[in-house]
Amino acid sequence: MSGGRTLLNVRDLNVYIGESHILQNVTLSVREGGITGLLGRNGAGKTTTLRGILGLVERTGSITLDGRELTNLAVHEVVRCGVGYVPEDRDVFSGLTVAENLRLAERPGSPLRYDLVYGLFPELAQRSAQKAGTLSGGQQQMLSLARALLNGDNRILLVDEPTKGLSPLVVKQVAAALLRAAELATILLVEQNLSVAHRLVGDVIVLDQGRIAYTGHVDTLMGDPALARRYLGLAAAGEGHTRT
Amino acid sequence: MSTIVLLALTGLGLGALYFLVASGLSLIWGLMRVLNFAHGAFFTVAAYAAWTAQGALHGLPSPWMRWFAALLIGITIGALFATLTEVLLIRRLYREQIGQVLVTVGLALATLALVQGGFGSDPKQVQLPAWMTATTAVAGAAIPNTRLLAILAAALVLIALLLFLQHTRYGLIVRAGVENRAMVSALGIDVQRAFTLVFAIGGAAAGLAGVLGGAYYGTVDPVRGTEMLIFAFIVVVIGGLGSVTGSAAAAVIVGLLQQFLNYYAAPGVGDFAVVLLLAGVLLTRPGGLAGGVL
Repeated sequence: MSGGRTLLNVRDLNVYIGESHILQNVTLSVREGGITGLLGRNGAGKTTTLRGILGLVERTGSITLDGRELTNLAVHEVVRCGVGYVPEDRDVFSGLTVAENLRLAERPGSPLRYDLVYGLFPELAQRSAQKAGTLSGGQQQMLSLARALLNGDNRILLVDEPTKGLSPLVVKQVAAALLRAAELATILLVEQNLSVAHRLVGDVIVLDQGRIAYTGHVDTLMGDPALARRYLGLAAAGEGHTRT
Repeated sequence: MSTIVLLALTGLGLGALYFLVASGLSLIWGLMRVLNFAHGAFFTVAAYAAWTAQGALHGLPSPWMRWFAALLIGITIGALFATLTEVLLIRRLYREQIGQVLVTVGLALATLALVQGGFGSDPKQVQLPAWMTATTAVAGAAIPNTRLLAILAAALVLIALLLFLQHTRYGLIVRAGVENRAMVSALGIDVQRAFTLVFAIGGAAAGLAGVLGGAYYGTVDPVRGTEMLIFAFIVVVIGGLGSVTGSAAAAVIVGLLQQFLNYYAAPGVGDFAVVLLLAGVLLTRPGGLAGGVL
């Protein structure tokens, strides 16, 4: 990867869960602006990397955001530095209404972008009094994304498999929202849907068994069947995933 | 008929004390997953603080003023003791449940020993305003006013807790934290502050129960906090861990069951029936009567 200012820098990130060494000296950098993809096979350590950056799992190493050291901060302090998080399983608060979920995400002092999130996801406005647990999977994903987009001072969004288990129509909507969000903040995106990933991301970082296996541009990765097959298990690399 | 009314209202009064202890216990478990065996100590220390304060405040002109000042002192001491427990002991042990159990059991035993060392093992008579030693006629039954006071206090605490949970930001944080604490942090919220606040609220409610318990029984007793804690744990499990309204409903059920069966069957049968009820709920509805924090 070349050009552009580095926003997020991760050096020698190690995570152990029980006896397992999940992340092994992961070193990566994310440039400011656009969407950087964090790809890899199942179990490669993508979700753990995002959780490690946030501090949701115990880790060693160094993590800086725009030069500011995050490693020794508590999770909420990392988030207040401008890190938004959209977890893999959405993790909306099912007993709270849509409006309460969003209200909970409000950070004091941060410009709030209700117009943006309700513009991107009008369904959320219509269902603001509805319990989040009664929303469909797609609507819950919209709410999860909306929580991360709400705060105007987020510098980077860590987005974990936002299209997982969604219908094609909702996938389109989520992808459009991510593209719009990328105009406002840098995104580090974990995505298993490679056609979506290919459409959205520029730089890619590939993890394999807890280590960085590849960094470069998505077109280079997808355009090389051997590389794609090796790191992503993609049989028809370069055939079904052209950028649209 | 008057016996049924008497048993019902005294049962509700007992349930009110259980609820005051159980509500904090339930919220602490729901938000922090801490089994706080020291919760009975908050009850005991507050009761003795109020008893001591009443003796020291003899300069106040009326028994009501003395009792009310002692009540405020008891509530404050309960909240303070709970806050210090969270800040100094529990905070270091959030990821170690065995450690939490050992520390809170140890604190409960140490508190009991200290209270017995300082005040003796015998119950101490509580000075009460004349109204609290009198009864009120309800449907032909003479109901001790302390029972009515306990019911009123528990109802007000229930309303206050529900308003807090539904209409304040910290209430929102607590409700969300009961579901998914990590995600609350991942939204940039210092959930630690909510932990401390919930401990303080739980301690204040237990402190209120301690002072009202003194009025209810007419004495303060070093072991009453421990006895209350046992039934409060049962109430919390039956009501649903983390649920305030569940605790309220369970406290009413437990209080009524105890009173009626202890009277109509034999003394002690009510307590045994409560344990059977607990077993039945655990077998058929392990999550308790209610779902969710409200």
